Amino acid sequence: MSVSGAGSGSPGLMVEADNLHKRFGRLEVLRGVTLQVRPSEVLCVIGPSGSGKSTFLRCINHLEKIDAGRLWVDGVLVGYAQRGDRLHELPEREVCRRRAEIGMVFQRFNLFPHMTALENVMEGPVVVKREAKATARDRARDLLAQVGLVDKADVYPNQLSGGQQQRVAIARALAMEPKLMLFDEPTSALDPELVGEVLDVMRRLAEQGMTMIVVTHEMGFAREVGDSLVFMDGGVVVEAGPPRQVLSDPRQERTRSFLSKVL
Amino acid sequence: MARTAVGAGAQVGERPPDIRAVPLRHPGRWVVAVIVLVLAAMLGHSLVTNTRFHWAIIGQYFTSTRVLSGLAVTIELTVIAMAIGIVLGVLLAVMRLSPNPLVSGASWLYIWFFRGTPLLVQLLFWYNLSALYPRLGLGVPFGPQFVAGSANAFITPFVAAILGLGLNEGAYMAEIVRAGILSVDQGQTEAAQALGMTRLQTMRRIVLPQAMRVIVPPTGNETISMLKTTSLVSVIAVTDLLYAVELIYAANYRTIPLLIVASIWYLIVTSILTIGQYYVERYFARGAAKQLPLTPWQRLRRNLAITRPALAGGLEVPRPPR
Ligand SMILES: Nc1ncnc2c1ncn2[C@@H]1O[C@H](COP(=O)(O)OP(=O)(O)OP(=O)(O)O)[C@@H](O)[C@H]1O
Ligand SMILES: [Mg+2]
Repeated sequence: MSVSGAGSGSPGLMVEADNLHKRFGRLEVLRGVTLQVRPSEVLCVIGPSGSGKSTFLRCINHLEKIDAGRLWVDGVLVGYAQRGDRLHELPEREVCRRRAEIGMVFQRFNLFPHMTALENVMEGPVVVKREAKATARDRARDLLAQVGLVDKADVYPNQLSGGQQQRVAIARALAMEPKLMLFDEPTSALDPELVGEVLDVMRRLAEQGMTMIVVTHEMGFAREVGDSLVFMDGGVVVEAGPPRQVLSDPRQERTRSFLSKVL
Repeated sequence: MARTAVGAGAQVGERPPDIRAVPLRHPGRWVVAVIVLVLAAMLGHSLVTNTRFHWAIIGQYFTSTRVLSGLAVTIELTVIAMAIGIVLGVLLAVMRLSPNPLVSGASWLYIWFFRGTPLLVQLLFWYNLSALYPRLGLGVPFGPQFVAGSANAFITPFVAAILGLGLNEGAYMAEIVRAGILSVDQGQTEAAQALGMTRLQTMRRIVLPQAMRVIVPPTGNETISMLKTTSLVSVIAVTDLLYAVELIYAANYRTIPLLIVASIWYLIVTSILTIGQYYVERYFARGAAKQLPLTPWQRLRRNLAITRPALAGGLEVPRPPR
């Protein structure tokens, strides 16, 4: 099955985690996460608070260092370079280059408050990819149009609603033309009536074939848009499968008791 | 009489007339205002009638060459020392937040030393550097030197003043900048990193611009304070504004009028700095406040408009600057 230890990840997978471990001090947060994501797949991740969902996403994006196990994105080992049978830490330049290929959307939006919506979307291409300002601006406008916010291009984030801010944040991530998008509870900070507009944007993105990992509590979204669903608890994947099956007919007792609390 | 909320919905369009309440009276404010006015009048009266102020002499020296060249030195020292202080402060603050203990330790040591010793001592130290190192040079550590020369030729009194003021200011600015950097939400750094920005790009493009809101007000304070601190340089024979007037009154004994000359100049420069600070703050407030604070000019117009409601129409809220 999965390649053990050395070598590259299995061919044809966008993300592959193999027995992934992560500690914070003495707290073992990830205790052997194993899962696979195929290109164009939408993987939804659910689980109780503190189960390590955010930490897992952050490992994929090099925001946390992996302590044990292996993680590959698009066939390339995450966090380290393998030469012979030794792992070497990556230089900052390489880490940045890899992060630029992965989009990330945060629960609290984290838009840059000193820049307009348009400038937020342009920032990555201009600073990281050194794109010409005019080109970046045109594309940023297109992206804002895609998320339904052309008329808000010149507005600062604090004048936008939560849903609008999150849509700008999605456009900002898309501006880097990522091959993988990570969503960490993108609608948890939103008023209920604003959740739909963000999920709509994500649904369209999924239809366009974007590979996505979505940590969410929106079971409806997981059921309709997700290709697969994993339930995490205590730093491990307790159950994985097609969303409908996991949600309506969970095999594991822990999944069942979690779902009975949230549904 | 009482309508249900549902009933009210059907009545849209029937708007009650604007409220015209009797304004609250503030007799206390009037009493205070009268007292202040009387005191101001007394002060003004004495300024005009007390001949010992020697306004003629003040006028005569106010724009004299020696005073103006002293003023130029004061402004020059302030600008250069603050420039050094700010650059050094940013550098030290970033070093202080570095994960490398040697780097952050070096920064800590610098701040500890320069904040912990009197500025006057530091000035005298730089002035007398040649006693410690008669020759200065640039070259390979412990190896050959490419350029070298006598310390006295390089460390002129002016250079000693710049070094003393600038290096000392760097230590204070470092703490101001560090507080600013720490005030920026951690999520901003993460969002920038997730886009693929390096640590340096994140600092320059995302963190520092936001930190400026916290950094600018105390920096304005430091600049105004520096303007007056420069007067310490008279101990190492640099002829700044205060030393210039001291030299004049040492010869003609018009002590008070000349001190007034210097004070008025300090006040003028401070006023200009205050206005400058206001606009810098406004610039960095973009995106932070829902509406930018009004400029003093706009506030004046608004106040006039409130006392004369006829003018109230024309006040537009400024667009944030780009
Ligand atoms: N930087 C850190 N230092 C120490 N502990 C951390 C750190 N980040 C996360 N943790 C701990 O790791 C555990 C898992 O955190 P994580 O954020 O991954 O959970 P989560 O599944 O995303 O939960 P939630 O649904 O609340 O977001 C928590 O107990 C948390 O306190
Ligand atoms: Mg989380």
